[in-house]
Amino acid sequence: MILELDDVRVTLGGSHILQGVSFSVAPTGVTALLGRNGVGKTTTVKAILGLVPRTGRIDFGGDPVHRLRTHEIVRRGIGYAPEDRCVFAKLTVTENLALAERRGSAHAYDLVYELFPELKTRGAQAAGTLSGGQQQMVAIARTLLNDNRLIVVDEPTKGLAPKVVTEVAEVLERAAERVPMLLVEQNLALVRRLAGDGVVLAAGQVVHCGPVRELLADAALTQELLGVGQARGENVTLYTRPAPSGGSTHALAIVKDRQPPDEVSPPESTRSDAP
Amino acid sequence: MSTLVLLTLTGLGLGALYFLIASGLSLIFGLMDVLNFAHGALVTAGAYAAWRLTGHLPFAVAIAAAIATGAVLAALIETVLIRPLYSRPKDQILVTVGLGLALPALVQGIWGADARQLRAPRQLAGTVSVLGAKVPTDRFVLIAAAIVVLAALKLFLSRTRYGLVVRAGVEDRAMVTALGIDVRKAFTLVFAIGGALAGLAGALGGVYFGSVSPDQGTSLLVFGFVVVVIGGMGRTDGVALAAAAVGLIQQFTNYYAASGLGDFAAVAILAVVLLARGNRDGARRLIRRAA
Repeated sequence: MILELDDVRVTLGGSHILQGVSFSVAPTGVTALLGRNGVGKTTTVKAILGLVPRTGRIDFGGDPVHRLRTHEIVRRGIGYAPEDRCVFAKLTVTENLALAERRGSAHAYDLVYELFPELKTRGAQAAGTLSGGQQQMVAIARTLLNDNRLIVVDEPTKGLAPKVVTEVAEVLERAAERVPMLLVEQNLALVRRLAGDGVVLAAGQVVHCGPVRELLADAALTQELLGVGQARGENVTLYTRPAPSGGSTHALAIVKDRQPPDEVSPPESTRSDAP
Repeated sequence: MSTLVLLTLTGLGLGALYFLIASGLSLIFGLMDVLNFAHGALVTAGAYAAWRLTGHLPFAVAIAAAIATGAVLAALIETVLIRPLYSRPKDQILVTVGLGLALPALVQGIWGADARQLRAPRQLAGTVSVLGAKVPTDRFVLIAAAIVVLAALKLFLSRTRYGLVVRAGVEDRAMVTALGIDVRKAFTLVFAIGGALAGLAGALGGVYFGSVSPDQGTSLLVFGFVVVVIGGMGRTDGVALAAAAVGLIQQFTNYYAASGLGDFAAVAILAVVLLARGNRDGARRLIRRAA
């Protein structure tokens, strides 16, 4: 296992946000961290990175890291794309990327600009003036600039248009081929497409671990743990289809078998504010 | 006409002095959220370092010693006293206020409470005739120093990796660390830069006033804070403009209204700016709500 959490607890402002979280992240592929809003997914990520005070044991690559400071943990080889992107709004795109550089980053720019050619053309633009999708590209690109051993991505599709969600999904898929990933995500279509294993949190505790496809195939369990589900007898299937413009971009969606393929429903989501 | 020229150049000289103090304060608060009330004590330390060496060594060496004194003291304060208290902002304020009182008291205990004359070199002691006004040469030195410092700070912030870290840290310190950067090194560096500028301000302030005294730094610090609040935390250009404005307003008010009213005018401008900002922010909130 590349990352192991054992009895991690976080208390913030008197509230017990994490109450003994324990799980492992596989050394390959994508592990999804799932759960409804407010169950402690982002806090778990911040606890891993030392961004919140926590107790318990965290091993990364077999070494304990829970006593290290955030920058030391990150330098061990963790790339972090936070919720809400956290780009530096007044800095240019190039400067945002330069901040993430560590030794040996030069060669990684080829990959970053191959995945995100727009970032090259917009290098001199202030990151705060980018669209949400472009800011997400900056956030993900920063994780790819180094030879990280794990990428932690927190809600990469939050607030993005469906077309951009598809682009982000494709990039994450390519990134996951190179480096294991811990993905916090509420878009279950994306989770199904990318993740092998899943960890479900509820009320600051792990309530389920196992293959994502098995979890999502169990309608009752999905309903119970994630608060979403499907009508009995309907098979949820993931389709991609060409974008309306006829370009290479594909829209990602969950389509129920009973619907014709051209009537694509919006992606399922465990976000409570989702339509 | 000559009066206007004299007041303008003298006001800009005073503004330059404020800028040297405020630019360090602004960077420190912008990056570290530390209100450094000990900054005035660093000004005093720089002033006394320059005073002790002037006459024995070339004035340039005295200035360099003042800068070094401020930088070393600031770095020591940051690493020994401020760093352990980053998670306790109230204690941080208490420590810097305490240092701001203790260091001048120490200076007073060693060299006495009376002001000590700082004999500037001959080249700085004279005047320069500008459009009929005889302007003290040291005002030009202060203005030149402020311009050089402004340019150097802008180059540091825009062209160096540490400058990049500082600008990013002003926006989101936690995210900087989450990119694998030890932001504490940047903290120490910024504190040292602020201290160096305070030391320079102390030495040149001694030349401007013709003397140094234990409470000189503390008196100047008040206007340093006024300039920082008007100019903006972490905004070097804004601080430079605010410093020039405060210096000019003080000089003109002292001359055309009444001597001593300049200090009141500076604080009044601060109040007006804060009220205007409050109204502007309130108006923006209303517009957002309406939208």
